[in-house]
Amino acid sequence: MLRYLTKRILLMIPTLLGVAVLTFFMLRVVPGDIVELKLRGDGGTVTQEVIDRERTRLGLDKPLVIQFADWMKGLATFDFGTSMWTGRPVAEEISIRIGLTLQVAVMAAIISVLIALPLGTISALFRDTWIDYVVRVVTIAGLAVPSFWLGMLMIMGLLTYFHWSPPVTYTPFLTDPLANMSQLIWPALAVGYRYSAVVARMVRSSIIEVMKEDYIRTARAKGVFERLVVGRHAMRNALLPAITVVGLEFAFLIGGLVVTEQVFNLNGIGRLFVEAVSRNDFIIVQTLVLLIAVMFTVVNLLVDLLYGVLDPRIRFA
Amino acid sequence: MSSATLLEPTHTQTAPTAPLISVEDLRVEFSTGRGVVKAVDGVNWSVQPGETMALVGESGCGKSVSALAVMRLLAKPAGRVAGGRIMFEGRDLLTLPESEMRELRGRDISMIFQEPMTSLNPTLTIGLQIMEPLKIHLGMSDEQATARAIELLGLVGIPDAERRLGQYPHQFSGGMRQRVMIAIGLACNPKLIIADEPTTALDVTIQAQILELMKDLSRRLGITLVIITHNLGIVARYADRVAVMYAGRVVEEGPADQVFGAPRHPYTIGLMRSVPRLDRPREYKLATIEGLPPNLLAPPSGCRFAARCPFRIEKCAIDPPYHYAGDGQRSACHRAEELAQGLAEQTAAVVAGTVGQATTEPLLVVRGLTKHFEVRGRGLMGTKGTVRAVENVSFSIEKGRTLGLVGESGCGKTTIGRTILRLEEATGGEVRFEGEDLVTASRARMKALRTKIQVIFQDPYSSLNPRMLVGDIIAEPLIFRRGIKKREARERVAELLVQSGLYADMADRYPHQLSGGQRQRVGIARALAMEPSFIVCDEPVSALDVSIQGQIINLLDELQERLGLTYLFIAHDLAVVRHISHRIVVMYLGRVMEMADRDELYAAPLHPYTQALLDAAPVPDPAMERARQPRALTGELPSPLAPPSGCVFHTRCPMASAECRQTVPEVREIRPGHFAACIKI
Repeated sequence: MLRYLTKRILLMIPTLLGVAVLTFFMLRVVPGDIVELKLRGDGGTVTQEVIDRERTRLGLDKPLVIQFADWMKGLATFDFGTSMWTGRPVAEEISIRIGLTLQVAVMAAIISVLIALPLGTISALFRDTWIDYVVRVVTIAGLAVPSFWLGMLMIMGLLTYFHWSPPVTYTPFLTDPLANMSQLIWPALAVGYRYSAVVARMVRSSIIEVMKEDYIRTARAKGVFERLVVGRHAMRNALLPAITVVGLEFAFLIGGLVVTEQVFNLNGIGRLFVEAVSRNDFIIVQTLVLLIAVMFTVVNLLVDLLYGVLDPRIRFA
Repeated sequence: MSSATLLEPTHTQTAPTAPLISVEDLRVEFSTGRGVVKAVDGVNWSVQPGETMALVGESGCGKSVSALAVMRLLAKPAGRVAGGRIMFEGRDLLTLPESEMRELRGRDISMIFQEPMTSLNPTLTIGLQIMEPLKIHLGMSDEQATARAIELLGLVGIPDAERRLGQYPHQFSGGMRQRVMIAIGLACNPKLIIADEPTTALDVTIQAQILELMKDLSRRLGITLVIITHNLGIVARYADRVAVMYAGRVVEEGPADQVFGAPRHPYTIGLMRSVPRLDRPREYKLATIEGLPPNLLAPPSGCRFAARCPFRIEKCAIDPPYHYAGDGQRSACHRAEELAQGLAEQTAAVVAGTVGQATTEPLLVVRGLTKHFEVRGRGLMGTKGTVRAVENVSFSIEKGRTLGLVGESGCGKTTIGRTILRLEEATGGEVRFEGEDLVTASRARMKALRTKIQVIFQDPYSSLNPRMLVGDIIAEPLIFRRGIKKREARERVAELLVQSGLYADMADRYPHQLSGGQRQRVGIARALAMEPSFIVCDEPVSALDVSIQGQIINLLDELQERLGLTYLFIAHDLAVVRHISHRIVVMYLGRVMEMADRDELYAAPLHPYTQALLDAAPVPDPAMERARQPRALTGELPSPLAPPSGCVFHTRCPMASAECRQTVPEVREIRPGHFAACIKI
């Protein structure tokens, strides 16, 4: 087990290195330059000399390979550099925002799995009845509706019907859980809807598949209660493909959050991301991409470990 | 016995007690996209307490469906019972509320299924799966259930029961899993066990173990047994009564001795004739039942077997009623009486043709062939293991002859076939085809040689591309390998189809529109397209029904005669191999155990493994089966990853001694042309 874990963690290094190389060079292929944007952005005239000096200060005049090496060196010592725009350390910029984003992401994931499991199961068991049709319409809608638009509808709905809008300022969970939740539950629902729709559809189809298996017939032939047939015999097996989707869709969740944070005016990682991209703040963007890649690989590692918990064939292999 | 009374129910004559279960006029329908299939159409059978009854028939005859109807486990919503009664201890199971039916399942009636590999839940421990019915039906506590589960595992012969309760199905072999299924079935001391093809997925020696176990337990515990099977040998060895089903109906029923000794329905007669038998001299041609079973979407009126029946008369257009004979034998045939009185002799099968004159010139010589597979183990770098699939195997095949390669799963027979075809690269040794070594032949040379060496695969369902027309499948090698123009190819395809016993217009169909036997004929036509001189037949009939199997074997025989083909015939069924082969190689765990000409091998097997194999295979004759004492091999097949030292068979051999554990026995010529690898001979 420990060996497997070490192996998987070691294997993450080349994956992340690949991500780093790709983002680093892709960012620099895109035309535009943060220095010009920063100094000439307001339309004033700045001499080439000033611009060159600022470039040198930010290290943009060095060859790309050297810049990359510097970044890698920094990463190895947990020095992520400073924002080219604000001049504050990247680590600080991210750490003040990541709590919020992670909380929304985790809430969205929990909510959606809690919704998706019963929904998908019921839909499968009542296959081709009106219950199934309703669930399928709801989940199809989940795939089709973009989360930011759903977010706007939520805000408008809350305002129109309840004359209430979620708090605008962020309160950390530990300070005031209620205020914190009343603000963050809405973006979590907005991005979680798609997530739950995808998972519910997967749960539905894998329950339908599993219910056709020979061992389900065996369970019934033993006289096992139908709810145990589903809950004990089918569920465990049906969860395997479903949790794969949970892991893969996590990337979409983060992607959805980038835009949804704008809608709910949340100062999270997504917001930082959008701002950094529009300012060509390479250092922040590349670090954020890498961070999200780390989160994604970790989530999928967790999913694979969960696989082992659910399926003894994998555990003992 | 010949004083038959017409249309009189059986039980007034022979049944001393009330039957435990009786299925009366059962009708089951499946709604499909193309209409309603009447899978079971007015079936009657009953079983006396303590009896063992066999339901026999080919796939699709409704035998499994009628059993599932008893359990009320038909696949919903497609399948439904359209009529009839199933009386069990005075209650009609079909009208019971679902909650009462659930209580009955697993407590009074248990079912054992065909596929031990998929019938156990892979994510739950064996212990939980055995204890489940105990807790549900008998309300046992954890401790009581555990104690009973350990007792049950002991009963079905699984050693080290306590530890194994915590294990999962994938840690058990196929035979062991079927033992677990039996333990589950026995858990609540049921009155009736229905076993649906319980040993079809298992190897011959394991099959014998499982069947002996079931027979022994049912006798000892007084359990009534219904066995569903297509294997007539199993019926002869284990059943008291037989019901033969065809196209959704019971065509004949009676005591096993009677049905085997004096069958009164042409289908039963045909079924028994089309099985190659170990206890009879090899006839040149197998008698077969021509044609296919009727489509149950639109069953023919009158007798459903009439279209394939050699005894057909005009009256057969009318549905035949049951004709009863003594001892509760009944047959749904207008001519039951005539059949019983020996009319059958008149149209007996073509017997004893001449076996093709073979030359002594070898076409294929295999010398010291070895194939090892490297498998990666667990861990960071993966500790490597070696599967010794084939170890130092030598044999030769003469032109125009058939060499049969027999053995249980994992013995390396398929690997040999694949290595000869160069689908696998040999680890060592040589394969000389017309004097040329295939193992070292260059790619280009191999490409040329492949036209002479062809293959017929086991599974006619998955080895043909479902998106290609039959004609295109056969024409593909003609056009791309032999450069024949499309129009000429079409003509050649038509010829090949006819040669393989199909119709020329079948070229425009897709594989799924053909039956299993027809698909296998397409596979044969495809192989013949290259005009090969040598064909590797890898279990070509094991996926087919008995009557169809006979047709394919005859076709292969005929083609050999006509085209002078040479076959390597790979199979696990000893009777089939015996029927078609001139010389036979018996393998076990990658090694040759024995090699001899057919008649010599079956008449005087030398190696203890061959003897055990022949012993384990049941013969379709109840009298003979009773006369002999089957000695089932004990133990499991060892893993080819860690084969036993010395003689690989020593772990299961009744003659093994300390010496066998150390020395690898050489393949020695013990009698002229008869080789065996055993130091005790």
